[in-house]
Amino acid sequence: MVGAMEIYMLLPKTNCKKCGLPTCMAFAVGLLGREKKIDECTPLIEEKKYEAKLKKLREVIAPLENASETGLIIHPEKCFGCGNCVVACPVNVAADPTHCGVGLGPESDKVILKVEDGVVVSNNLQECRRFGPNKILCNACTATCPSKAIEFV
Amino acid sequence: MATCTGCSLLCEDIEAELSGGKLSKVKNLCRKGHGHFQSAFSERTVPMIDGKEVDLDRAIARAAEILRSAKSPLLFGWSNSTLEAQNVGISLAEKLDATIDDTSSFCQGILMERILSGSIPTCTLDDVRNYADVSIFWGADPSSSHPRHLSRFSYYPRGDKRQKSYEEERTCMVVDVRMSATATLCKDYLFRVPLGGDAEFMEAILSVLEGKIPRLGDKKKMIELGGLLKKTEWGAIFPGLGMVYSLQDNMEVFERLIARLNEITTFKVVPMVGHFNMRGFNELLREKTGYINRVSFKGGVAVHGPEQSVMAAAKTCDAALVVGSDPLSSLPFGTARALARLPLIAIDPRRSLTTDAAEVVIPAAISGLEAGGTAVRMDGVKIKFEPIIKADLPTDEQILSRIMEAI
Repeated sequence: MVGAMEIYMLLPKTNCKKCGLPTCMAFAVGLLGREKKIDECTPLIEEKKYEAKLKKLREVIAPLENASETGLIIHPEKCFGCGNCVVACPVNVAADPTHCGVGLGPESDKVILKVEDGVVVSNNLQECRRFGPNKILCNACTATCPSKAIEFV
Repeated sequence: MATCTGCSLLCEDIEAELSGGKLSKVKNLCRKGHGHFQSAFSERTVPMIDGKEVDLDRAIARAAEILRSAKSPLLFGWSNSTLEAQNVGISLAEKLDATIDDTSSFCQGILMERILSGSIPTCTLDDVRNYADVSIFWGADPSSSHPRHLSRFSYYPRGDKRQKSYEEERTCMVVDVRMSATATLCKDYLFRVPLGGDAEFMEAILSVLEGKIPRLGDKKKMIELGGLLKKTEWGAIFPGLGMVYSLQDNMEVFERLIARLNEITTFKVVPMVGHFNMRGFNELLREKTGYINRVSFKGGVAVHGPEQSVMAAAKTCDAALVVGSDPLSSLPFGTARALARLPLIAIDPRRSLTTDAAEVVIPAAISGLEAGGTAVRMDGVKIKFEPIIKADLPTDEQILSRIMEAI
């Protein structure tokens, strides 16, 4: 997954403040957090010398657009369907303690992660600890994934 | 709720939705199980004799004829059949004075023999979930081979005595020759051994447990491992094929290690069986003959030994019946070539190298999906299951019974 530093290296690095932020680094963090858009960096769009950088930046940013509200990205092609994340997710366990809690597949509709057709799918993302402004940086699902099929932006 | 027969975990919480006779949506099935069930909709076999399509009755009659005229037939496979089919298979072997062997012969057989005879302590996977605080995967990569092992039993679920589970109360260790997918989940406790170095590693653990400094590997890490094993309240070891192949006939070292660990604390062993009912066949044959595999009924007496293994018998028998297995792909070239030259009968739901080479091919229903039955999970728990979809195909049990009647 792309990091703020990698994005920063593709920005003009002039700290021109045209985007409304004090530094290019702050803008890079904004881009990563999906609070800012590339178009807000006017020099990058308008000036010809940044053309190559802009192209690269768009490529680097593209996967972030598939992320959900909580920044969750699932790569179904990598998933084993092992259900480690389903059983480890604290919200899943609280919603369905008699199934998810003891390692079985969930029966409740309130769970966030479940395995369908051999791969993990997400639902009810508003219940995730990473949802909203007061988010907790929980990583139970990503830390328990053996194939790196789940990522957070 | 359906049961998955993709591996020997026999997950019973599968929810399948059907539309038009096919699986439209399946919940809780891992990728391996999903692939196993979806395979039912492609490359299915049809009854064939010498590569020409015939009707089922003729194929069964021809199979019976081949077996009847053979002097020393070999019956092989069995690990992907239900207990009911295995039962008929053993009776068939007795009737034919045949040699019978299953895939455990070159898989976990050597360990399973010790588990079933009681010389290595074992437990059920539910015990592991409820009590285990240390799980050791030795030469096994459950994330690839049994994807739901960690999430259902050995690491992530909460159990009676392990409510805080992997977060605080459970430790997972991996002993392997490489950084496997499972090893990425417990990086701190990955113990890498060189190829074939398992016996030496066991000796090193034994010396650490005696308080000596081990001669092998990272001494600090080994001493830490020794301390951790001593502090374990209830441990479980899951040996995979990696360990069994590495130790071969040197299983005595492992027995010694388990015995020593059990002097200090509780340690149980559950072998990572691959096929869904390999243990079932081993238990059934042991009940009837006292041996778990490699049995010849020649002369009406059950004889066991390496000469009765599929590797040796393939070269000495004069006909072979293969049930739910693909030995031509999985066995060494010499054995595969010997089998391919025989009059071969293959009972299999799907096309494989073995069915391609077989003289007679008999299609069967896929257990778990199209046929019900009973199977034994890797830890010895018997699980009964019903079919998910209706199919007109006969089950392994029905085919074998018909062959037996015709002989």
